[in-house]
Amino acid sequence: MLKIFQERCRQKYRTMAYPDGPAPELPDRFAGKPVLEGPCRPDCDACRNVCPTGAIAIAPESSAGLELDIGRCLFCRSCEKACPEGIIRFSREHRLAAASREALVIGTGPRGPASARHALATRLFSRSLKLRQVCAGGCNACEADSNVLGTPVWDMGRFGIQFVASPRHADGLLITGPVTANMRLALEKTYAAVPEPKIVIAVGACAISGGPYAGHPEQGDGAASLVPVDLFIPGCPPHPLTILDGLLRFLGIVREDR
Amino acid sequence: MGAMDDFLLTGNGQAVALRTVPRVEFQGFRRAVVTAVAAGARLAALPVRPLPVQPLPKRAMAPGSDLEILAVLALPDCARLGLLAAVLPERWPALTPDCPAAHWFEREIAEQWGVEPDGHPWLKPIRFAPPYRGRSAGLAPPSIGRTDFFTMAGIESHEVAVGPVHAGIIEPGHFRFLCHGETVHHLEISLGYQHRGIERAMLGGPSPRGIHYMETLAGDTTIGHATAYSRAVEALAGLTAPARAEGLRAIAAELERLANHIGDLGALAGDVGFLPTLNYCGRIRGDVLNLTAQLCGSRFGRGLVRPGGVFWDAEGERVDQLLGSLETVRRDVTGAVTLMLDAPSVLARLEGTGRLSAETARRIGLVGVAARACGLERDVRFEYPYGIYHLAQLPVNTWPGGDCFARAQVRWLEIQASLDFIGEGLADLPAGPCHREVPELAAETLAVSLVEGWRGEICHVVGTDSAGRFAFYKVVDPSFHNWFGLALAMRGQEISDFPLCNKSFNLSYCGHDL
Ligand code: SF4
Ligand code: SF4
Repeated sequence: MLKIFQERCRQKYRTMAYPDGPAPELPDRFAGKPVLEGPCRPDCDACRNVCPTGAIAIAPESSAGLELDIGRCLFCRSCEKACPEGIIRFSREHRLAAASREALVIGTGPRGPASARHALATRLFSRSLKLRQVCAGGCNACEADSNVLGTPVWDMGRFGIQFVASPRHADGLLITGPVTANMRLALEKTYAAVPEPKIVIAVGACAISGGPYAGHPEQGDGAASLVPVDLFIPGCPPHPLTILDGLLRFLGIVREDR
Repeated sequence: MGAMDDFLLTGNGQAVALRTVPRVEFQGFRRAVVTAVAAGARLAALPVRPLPVQPLPKRAMAPGSDLEILAVLALPDCARLGLLAAVLPERWPALTPDCPAAHWFEREIAEQWGVEPDGHPWLKPIRFAPPYRGRSAGLAPPSIGRTDFFTMAGIESHEVAVGPVHAGIIEPGHFRFLCHGETVHHLEISLGYQHRGIERAMLGGPSPRGIHYMETLAGDTTIGHATAYSRAVEALAGLTAPARAEGLRAIAAELERLANHIGDLGALAGDVGFLPTLNYCGRIRGDVLNLTAQLCGSRFGRGLVRPGGVFWDAEGERVDQLLGSLETVRRDVTGAVTLMLDAPSVLARLEGTGRLSAETARRIGLVGVAARACGLERDVRFEYPYGIYHLAQLPVNTWPGGDCFARAQVRWLEIQASLDFIGEGLADLPAGPCHREVPELAAETLAVSLVEGWRGEICHVVGTDSAGRFAFYKVVDPSFHNWFGLALAMRGQEISDFPLCNKSFNLSYCGHDL
């Protein structure tokens, strides 16, 4: 017993100060929100040729400006490396979540984080949000970095957010994975078992767009193919801080500064 | 030797021309494989490939003879891999009755190619995916989880079905326990929910998505599978990655092992209700993931390993920082784990639970932590060294007993070994570049790439067509070998021991389902 107390003192109190204090510093090589600067060279398609998921496109209404869909992006930096003009750059901005799918498409020039706030969720769940996690073809990285929010460092229990064992106890689903054909029915049933009103959060490129598996016949290109999604959290996988920030802004616990 | 005379011997990460692989008729193939495995060889992979279409009409062939089966045997005595091929008949006398390690492989072959092993004791789908070839072979189109489960009749016997959606945050799979009272007589494991079609999508590659399939095939083993893939591609391209890249790959691989083993020990502590270690290890695991993120920006090592080398170098200052953080991890994890392994209440729950004998482990072809916890010296880093493991050898950490305690103990020994290895590796990184351009892949060539992932042996078998594109790509995740081990470990246990046993194996669903 004594040893347990001794060790407890040595391991210390570790819950982070965020969101009252500063957010934990992310490593210098962390790939956050991409920044697109300036017009492209005409006829250059270097970035689009290397992108594994077709996340980059020429913006429809601009002269050779780019659009990057962070809902498809794997944050692999291949485009950053391939661009001869240095137009695509990855910042360390971790606030990537958005309440609408369209807001994940980033154009040229600086912009603040997209809005993640959800009126219903803010009204009903800002003091207590119970989530049932469903992995529908996720690779266990999105799952792990969602799960980690329950550990003492992140301690999302502080905000009344918790993962629960049964959909019947939940206010909504947190879905990872592209929704494999073999998980479709199970996801459908789990969603139906959550009492109304309910919300759905899609975590990771897979759950938003199919991610690396987009277009495969074995999956459905994301959660929205089956259920309405209220919050999109991009990344492959998103950093835990990105997920926590998304949840807190979704619930109105952290104000959106735009 | 004798038993191995039929095989072509090759090495880990070596390329051989496809036509040099010896081909025998199927009976001879069966005999050679069964004999070699009985003599101590291990079945690392059993891929099947469609034979290239012949331009001219061939001699009258037996139906199904457009498929070729390839045996990849690991021969620990000579540190070599043995290759042998045969035309696969539409129906063949199953290897499984004489070689139990083949049983999952033969189920896979039957499911993927619509052919049938006669006399297979347990023939049912493993992934519930449509076959590669549009032949019916009397099989109904797969419907996930619909199969002939074993049943048990009698008073007080009952079944407990769990999943695919489980209570915690884990991947989906279906477990069916056949119980008499509280005692489990058999556990049937039915997977496939995570199937995303990776092997199929690899064909015709290398493509820009290839490395991402590999990094996310089992996302907790990003470095393991990305390294196996990169080494296979390098072998086919006739390229050796720079020594510095191999050093960084190994450091990242040991960080991956460290993070997962620490997380697993914490989870085991949690499953026996010992909360201090659960909480400490949950955090320390995150600290180790953050070290990987120091190297490459991603906590899971995404974007680090690439064919030809690594994407990121580690300069002096970064190395010093990592070395400093590593010492903190060592102190914290030693405190947390010692606490757990010194607690009589924890030991009482772990010892004797979920036992597997060394003999069973050998017969079913168990690999990795689970095999070493049965006292078997199975470790690719030692048996078939690759990259920097040629120079910096790690001890093989085994523990007898085959129970949950042994699996926890092996993890703890490996945590300490990996900590030492990473420390020395960082201090001793070879100088030079960390990436080389990858040339075109050789045509009609085969490479087998083995890597010791944190769960165990990862095996990629890759072959190219006449244009140097992937004509087949076979992935064997350690979980493929080990799921059946979990089922056997549960026999005779109380059903309430399942979470503990399951955690002690901690196998991958997506790595199995592909
Ligand atoms: S970083 Fe994103 S946009 Fe760029 S190549 Fe990779 S996936 Fe495509
Ligand atoms: S988005 Fe990336 S990390 Fe998340 S489940 Fe998909 S492949 Fe894995």
